[in-house]
Amino acid sequence: MIALRIALGVGLLFIVSLVIFGATELLPGDLANELLGQSATPETLAALREQLGLNDPAPVRYWNWLTGALTGDFGVSLANGRPISELIGARLGNTVFLALYAAALSVPISLILGILAALWRNSIFDRMANAGALTAISFPEFFVAYILVLWLAQTGLFPSMVRINPTTTFGDRVYMTFLPALTLMLVVTAHMMRMTRAAIINLMASPYIEMARLKGMSPLRIVLRHALPNALAPIINVIALNLAYLITGVVVVEVVFVYPGLGQLMVDAVSNRDIAVVQAVALIFAAAYVALNLLADVLSTITNPRLMHRR
Amino acid sequence: MGREVLLKIEGLRIEGRAGEGWTEIVKGIDLTLHKGEVLGLIGESGAGKSTVGLAAMGFARDGCRITGGSILFDGIDLRQAPEAERRALRGKRIAYVAQSAAASFNPAHKLIDQYCETPVIHGVMSREQAEKDATDLYRRMQLPDPEGIGFRYPHQVSGGQLQRAMTAMAMACRPDLIIFDEPTTALDVTTQIEVLAAIRDIVRQSGTAAIYITHDLAVVAQAADRIKVLLRGDEVEEAETRQMLDAPREDYTKSLWAVRSFARAEQPPATDAPILSVQNVSAAYGKVPVLDDVSFDIHAGRTIAVVGESGSGKSTAARVITGLLPPSSGTVMFDGKPLPPALKGRTRDQLRQVQMIYQMADTALNPKLKLRELIGRPAQMYLGLQGKALETRIRDLLDLIELDPDTYIDRLPGELSGGQKQRIGIARALAAEPKIIICDEVTSALDQIVQEGILKLLNRLQDEFGLAYMFITHDLATVRAIADDVVVMQRGRVIEQGPKAQMFTPPHEPYTELLLSSVPEMDPDWLTRLLANSRAAMGT
Repeated sequence: MIALRIALGVGLLFIVSLVIFGATELLPGDLANELLGQSATPETLAALREQLGLNDPAPVRYWNWLTGALTGDFGVSLANGRPISELIGARLGNTVFLALYAAALSVPISLILGILAALWRNSIFDRMANAGALTAISFPEFFVAYILVLWLAQTGLFPSMVRINPTTTFGDRVYMTFLPALTLMLVVTAHMMRMTRAAIINLMASPYIEMARLKGMSPLRIVLRHALPNALAPIINVIALNLAYLITGVVVVEVVFVYPGLGQLMVDAVSNRDIAVVQAVALIFAAAYVALNLLADVLSTITNPRLMHRR
Repeated sequence: MGREVLLKIEGLRIEGRAGEGWTEIVKGIDLTLHKGEVLGLIGESGAGKSTVGLAAMGFARDGCRITGGSILFDGIDLRQAPEAERRALRGKRIAYVAQSAAASFNPAHKLIDQYCETPVIHGVMSREQAEKDATDLYRRMQLPDPEGIGFRYPHQVSGGQLQRAMTAMAMACRPDLIIFDEPTTALDVTTQIEVLAAIRDIVRQSGTAAIYITHDLAVVAQAADRIKVLLRGDEVEEAETRQMLDAPREDYTKSLWAVRSFARAEQPPATDAPILSVQNVSAAYGKVPVLDDVSFDIHAGRTIAVVGESGSGKSTAARVITGLLPPSSGTVMFDGKPLPPALKGRTRDQLRQVQMIYQMADTALNPKLKLRELIGRPAQMYLGLQGKALETRIRDLLDLIELDPDTYIDRLPGELSGGQKQRIGIARALAAEPKIIICDEVTSALDQIVQEGILKLLNRLQDEFGLAYMFITHDLATVRAIADDVVVMQRGRVIEQGPKAQMFTPPHEPYTELLLSSVPEMDPDWLTRLLANSRAAMGT
């Protein structure tokens, strides 16, 4: 069952790689021409085409690209000739760090808020938590980011620009990345919190919840022990979607805080027409999506006794 | 009686939310229960039985509120007591056994964890003691593998076993009072006996008082010392069990007995060629075989009852006949010609000839369509009726099922009662003008009095139109009332078949005998006698 899921995930990734490659093939313009620009002569163009392998038929080029990507070799940047894996390496680490940081803040907070909102549903707390989370999600990210900069960076509490490099210590990283992580937390919390609340409340009318009440269990225990384990599947899936968003969707936040992540790299590559980098980053983003959703499926299966323990 | 009073309810009034306002659903009930006594609460659905039972725990479901009266449990006023005090009583001194154990056990936890929760949280015993005690109670409830069964998840245990495990769970803290809310209603007749006997024994042995809620008089007669009859939130009468059975005072109570008296006139054995013939049919869901070499005939104007427990293949046989499940071997003949095995291969006229009525009228009717459309669709599709002819036909059909066309034709299913919805199911089947109607447990979800109305209607329509019915049921009382021929199924095979008279006269196949003997009778000693008989049979 889980093996089947993994096989499906790999198959999906393969299709995505085809789409990415096909889409960049369809882009107008000639790479060699772009690269050489003003200095293009028929001879240099032909030579560069030969050197880049652009004269090969598309399937051959796709195969070379794919096998390279599988071994971590995405080729060289068309903009500056450096190996793409080198460009991506450090930035991927930064992006994952920021995503995990934001997740470490937002997942516990949204779970706790969601559980408490379900426990005290329709109370003042429930309404405040909902209103707060919805307000945060309703503002565009850059707006939230600039508000935070205004409040927390202008006063000198946190830096508004993230200057990190491979030698930065973990403690400094945590301190310097606080504002982008906080921005992302405000953006993703509402979704996860509301799903937690809804999934639990959805179960509160079940006969087994009534049974727990008739066994004299406390409301908190009923929510935590009787409702939550049965509500995990939808919650896990929403968390996975949000984690995937944190890895792939943080372009705006990275730009605002000048954070050296993949999002910035992607933006730069697009404006430079650096197709090879765009392809590589797109493939990594797709892999992150597929892997996280796969993880969510596996976790939902593991937490469901009906699937884990057959008759 | 002179025994100590355990529970005293006086003038209990409970309201339920109805749209904007509140309506009274329990209208001033008094109830006294002594220590160690079993009180049966009986009535149709909507009588307020469960609501009263839950109120005895100081509990009202969401959307209900207790508005009047007092509930005194062992001197504690459950209405005035703070919630924490009520919670301390629930599970520990007053326990609850729900109708569907399958739905009332938490699917995420093992049985033993759910068992131990009550004694450990209430501080009655330690986890180790509770586990040992659970094994002991599982054994007394005659569960198989008492040491191991607790470590299974609810979905790994059968319905009858779950119901017993739930009774064991209710006994965990040795409560003074247990509320049994229809504990055997969802079970097959043969399983019902085992559960009923186990419940009765453990309640008697431990001297626990109990309120036993059910709509089945014969069941409650086996377990209760006294019976209280409720009707729409009011008490009808209350008496000792024997007295209630022998000499009911009120007309309503008498009518509860009378239901089982309806019977279709005896028909001579069939001589004509069968309208539909199932010949050596085997079928499977994927690789799981469900039907094994099943053959029976359906004759015009006659009712064939297919009986058996859940899982015996009754409904699968219907799916094969309708073409929903093509058989793996064997054929279905209609009017002497073989029917194409799959739905796709059948002509519209072949489809028209066999119609279905379902158990759950609630889910079998599209809630967004008006009755006009629900009934009109088959008449339009199969018979090509349009405009005025269609309108006339719909009105005739509503007349046939005894619903006034002017009042009902533009209503939605949600505005109808359970019995009325089932009548719409009948009209929809009739609209196609079929030769055969398959009725899949059509009365099981209905109260006894409503059931009788449906059965009478089906009987009248049969006489009027010469319809053939295939009546799938697990209720032998229904079979006695309406069947001409009977097919007994077990584990996908036909065990026995023949005319009704023959089936209900000995000698029987052992399985038929078991089914027949498992139907509760209106006799307080029936279960005791039955168990004594089967023990004697095992001894020899």
